[in-house]
Amino acid sequence: MIDLHDVRKVFPARRRSGEVVAVDGVTLQVEAGEFAGVVGPSGSGKSTLVRLVNLLERPTSGSVTVDGRVLTDLPDDQVRQARRSIGMVFQHFELLDSRTAAGNVEHPLELAGVGRAERRRRAVELLDLVGLGERADAHPGQLSGGQKQRVAIARALAVRPKVLLCDEATSALDQASTTGVLELLRRVRSELGLTVLLITHEMAVVKAVCDSAVLLERGRVVDSGRLSEVLTREHSPLSDALLPAPLADAGAGHSGVLLRVTVTDRTPETVVLQTLIGQLGLAVEVAGGSVETVAGGRYGRLLLRATGDLSRLDGALRGLRDDGVLIEAVPRDTDAVAATGAGR
Amino acid sequence: MSDWTRVWPQLVEATGETLYMVGVSALLTVLLGIPLGILLTVTAPGALTPQPLLNRFLGLVVNLGRSLPFIILLFLVAPVTRGIVGTTIGSTAAIVPLTIGAVPFLARLVETSLREVAPGKVEAAMSMGARRRDVVRTVLLPEARPSLIAGITVTVVALISYSAMAGAVGGGGLGDFAIRFGYQQFRTDITLLTVVLLLGIVQALQWAGDHWARRLAHV
Repeated sequence: MIDLHDVRKVFPARRRSGEVVAVDGVTLQVEAGEFAGVVGPSGSGKSTLVRLVNLLERPTSGSVTVDGRVLTDLPDDQVRQARRSIGMVFQHFELLDSRTAAGNVEHPLELAGVGRAERRRRAVELLDLVGLGERADAHPGQLSGGQKQRVAIARALAVRPKVLLCDEATSALDQASTTGVLELLRRVRSELGLTVLLITHEMAVVKAVCDSAVLLERGRVVDSGRLSEVLTREHSPLSDALLPAPLADAGAGHSGVLLRVTVTDRTPETVVLQTLIGQLGLAVEVAGGSVETVAGGRYGRLLLRATGDLSRLDGALRGLRDDGVLIEAVPRDTDAVAATGAGR
Repeated sequence: MSDWTRVWPQLVEATGETLYMVGVSALLTVLLGIPLGILLTVTAPGALTPQPLLNRFLGLVVNLGRSLPFIILLFLVAPVTRGIVGTTIGSTAAIVPLTIGAVPFLARLVETSLREVAPGKVEAAMSMGARRRDVVRTVLLPEARPSLIAGITVTVVALISYSAMAGAVGGGGLGDFAIRFGYQQFRTDITLLTVVLLLGIVQALQWAGDHWARRLAHV
């Protein structure tokens, strides 16, 4: 549904700063019906990237295809038409204070030339959809942040787009409103069959709603993939960002061996514990880590410290790995560092 | 105080002239100043339709209009006035310099108001497929309305004070009245009365403007 091919965006040099390469050769695809996330630190080019999808920013080079139309080949007036099938939600809502909630939802319909009665009917219907049917005549100033973003979502959906772009849509909201808005986004995605591209710097948002994610750094794609697949990778920038690995020195200075386990639905930690405790008779304690539910599955990273007779450990680990369990012994050099520190 | 019966009709007439001059020139100023202000805003670098040359030219014209003291402008545009109205004397003739003086003033205020509309709102409208003129019509002007009304109020008040000077070129009005009856005949009471009257008009205008602007501001 969204197809970016080798897209670059260079902002020309200004008086005080040199040329800025905001997006540097990004290629990415979002399938129809997919909920995709783009994550990255601030200044990584996320916001520019999302604006390239509806050509609010024209790419310096590369092509942008949305719903089978190569937008980068279209003249301005046709780009404007095409934008009507791409809704957009912003960090700071960008509602018009001069209009009521319903008036804001009517705005894109007005621009599309829809008649007054039909506009009003549709606005009420959409506000009902986002749970604000009662507040149709309220002005943005009378609404909370979460409510404003709901109105903005209703507005973005007014012209029945196929694609919804969200630029840090929850970054200005508190935790409760964030959860509400994310639930709403997931719900409209499935009810309306939308394709969603969401930009955020919060990993929790990606884990809560996305099917797939792209990690952007300095305008380049560093890592990407479906979450269910990315999270089962032992080492990848994206999986490390989504599931921060527990600190290896958590067990420094202790005896025994540190084991890092990546937990997934297919390879739960029970298998590992069964082997270590049940078969090898080791004592196992959890030195760190976390397990959470992402995209409907259980994923996590655990750091286990095993003590006891370790002679059969290597063989057992090999067996576990052969069965697809993601487990590895943490190198001892952290212990060595801790030892020299202690000996001083 | 028999002379009050002589002065009174003149005062009424002068008030009528002031209201006429200010009313008509205010209307013309709004009709010309708002489009000029919009043009100044949208042609600026980085705005909706950047036109650096046109923008600089308009900026120059506006600054020229604003830097001239009104009394100088009054004489300077006399040929223009004669061309349009046929004479340079009287209330109708005064409307021309009043309008020429106030248009650049209002245009700058309009520009400031429009610039204060958050760029994100413009971007949101563009993302909905708005054309540039749609952005001006449905975003910039409505969002800036309370501030535009405040700007118009300030301009009309300035027009009232300008109109007093128009008396100097035979424009009539309260300024002219105060000079002829109050100042030149050493009648401080008449001068004071005129001042109170002008103050009343300005107060009423300011109150109406503030009230209107507040009703439209939903923030």
